Amino acid sequence: MDREVTIETRGLVKQFKTRSGQVTAVNGIRFKVMRGETFGLIGPDGAGKPTTIRVILGLLRRTAGESTILGYDSMRDTYAIRERVGYIAQQFALPPDLTVMENMRFFADVHGVSAEDQARRIPELLEFAGLSEFTTRLARRLSGGMKKKLALACSLVHEPQVLVLDEPTLGVDPVSRREFWNLLGHLRAEKKVTIFVCTPYMDEAERCNWIGLMYAGELIATAPPAEIKRMVPGRLLEFTPSDFVPAWRMVEEMPGVLEVQTHGAMLHVFVDDLERRRAEIENALLRKGITYQGMREITPRMEEAFISLIRRRRQKESSN
Amino acid sequence: MGDNISKSLKRIGALVRKESTQVIRDRRTLVLTLVTPIMMLFLFAYAVTLTVDHLPMAVADMSMDTRSQAFIDALTVSGFFDVAMHVQNETEVIQAIDEGKVRVGVVIPPDFAAQVERGEAQALIIIDGSDSFTVQSGYSAAIAIAQSQSIELLMEKAARLGAAGLGTLPVESPPIETATRVLYNPNMDGMVFAVPAIAAMLLQFVAINLTAMSVVREYEWGTIEQLLITPIRPIELMIAKIVPNIVVTVVDTALIVLTGIYWFGVPFRGDPWLFIWLSLLFVVSGLGLGLLISTITRSQNEAQQIAFVLLLLAVLLTGFIYPMEPMPAGVRFVGNLIPLTYFNRIVRGVFTKGIGLTFLWQDVVVLAIYGLVVIVGAAMMFRKRLD
Repeated sequence: MDREVTIETRGLVKQFKTRSGQVTAVNGIRFKVMRGETFGLIGPDGAGKPTTIRVILGLLRRTAGESTILGYDSMRDTYAIRERVGYIAQQFALPPDLTVMENMRFFADVHGVSAEDQARRIPELLEFAGLSEFTTRLARRLSGGMKKKLALACSLVHEPQVLVLDEPTLGVDPVSRREFWNLLGHLRAEKKVTIFVCTPYMDEAERCNWIGLMYAGELIATAPPAEIKRMVPGRLLEFTPSDFVPAWRMVEEMPGVLEVQTHGAMLHVFVDDLERRRAEIENALLRKGITYQGMREITPRMEEAFISLIRRRRQKESSN
Repeated sequence: MGDNISKSLKRIGALVRKESTQVIRDRRTLVLTLVTPIMMLFLFAYAVTLTVDHLPMAVADMSMDTRSQAFIDALTVSGFFDVAMHVQNETEVIQAIDEGKVRVGVVIPPDFAAQVERGEAQALIIIDGSDSFTVQSGYSAAIAIAQSQSIELLMEKAARLGAAGLGTLPVESPPIETATRVLYNPNMDGMVFAVPAIAAMLLQFVAINLTAMSVVREYEWGTIEQLLITPIRPIELMIAKIVPNIVVTVVDTALIVLTGIYWFGVPFRGDPWLFIWLSLLFVVSGLGLGLLISTITRSQNEAQQIAFVLLLLAVLLTGFIYPMEPMPAGVRFVGNLIPLTYFNRIVRGVFTKGIGLTFLWQDVVVLAIYGLVVIVGAAMMFRKRLD
């Protein structure tokens, strides 16, 4: 039972009609989310993450392919899905002129939660979301982080088996972001809720136990975070050159350098043989009269892995 | 099945609570909805009555005898005409109208008293035709007064000749239009007709406006996304959007009708309960029409514009100002798409004439079907997805 498939897509395509013609936002993606997993759909803006989520939930019509949640078809079994899934939209979408408590009651009633269950669950959820003291405050007057927490509490009031979140921490301060992810962690650990989340933040990807990397409407990798990080080529050198652009250009052309990424004032250089290339780079920089600081090897993070994967994808496309 | 219905009712209950809370919390809109129609009622009612009576009149009395004096008195006593100036002849009367000094002129030929004796008296009434309201009300008022005058005079003469002479006298039958007016509105008081019709028009306006924004607003606010992801069915949402607004419009109806009766002194001749039920039906059909607008438009702005166009059509095409009968079929068809058309007849029937369902059932049935069709139509047009 543990490996039960909760969300599944096959060849999922979504096209939008615009004035200038058709735009393919989701281009034939395929993935599986297992029960109890936290699956993160990661990618830059415009990759098609929210569109994918909305199609899976039946909020957008799909152009082709298949998508199911708990075995229910996104398009045909809309209401069966809606009874079993909790969803937090990207922008705040709760009635803003209802209070925290009224919002909770409304979503509980609409989902047919009995009065006894409400009496137990609502205080519990408000406590969980840290909103117990704000029950009479209008939703509109909550801070950004509190709004997200209220949305989370409302989406859990019918005890859904699956929770879908569309960029839940967009525009939320770092402290609230951390708190929010801690709440999601509790949910996974205690309630065994399957969580499907999309986010542009790489650090949040580390919180997921399975990741889908999305780029330009396509899924370019699906794997656990550790595995994604291992997909980068070679080893990674980091340093801060005194003369940034010339150093970058020079290093890029050197043999054994697989890829160069910029990271603020630092250069991240992927090399095939760490010791050998490190010495070569140091010598080359000295010859050019460029000084450098903090030359060291670092372990690639999600961000480097992601940039690297996208770059290789682009190269493959342009060589085709 | 029963389980589904009880679940559905529970969802409707939750939605109605939500919508009601939102209606009550939006104080500004609520106050505007309740106050504006009353203000408009006063403005319209007085505007309508002001155009009907106290029209300034130029008099060219070339006879200057007791008969001509009596006729002019009758015109002024009616309250419809005020003598603004005395002139010499027809040319001067027309000149006064052209200069905008008066709206109406009366020319009485010389030897008027003698002509009245012979039963062939003619007085010329000239009305400023540039304003259709003046023409309509002034014309019919003048005819009615002249007729009542000549009939009185004829009666006087008949009494002197004895019963034998009566049959030979040329008594013209008055035009039908005048007869109907006099039947229900003997003083030709414009308000009696105007107030119920204005009230109906205002209610149409309020009902359409209340719901026209309601669904499209959820799309603009983005709140629709969170509603769509619940098991709420479109028809449940439609019902919930209507219910709290029924209460608002019923309060509005009561305010308007009571103002009409107690402030303007409009007599209420019909069955109050019948009127209440039919008003409710009318209000629901109007709210449904607003809802339909709200589900087919893409922005509140668009919804407002369509509501405005509908209001304009309602004023022009539903018999509120112009009678529908002479309109071409196509135009009448457009008028028939607006619930006010049916309610105009109902309100006049129940309110002013005091007639019951026997005469009005067709309009009532049409209105009921109309309400059902627009609400179900709105639920069907409701976009269940975001694209």
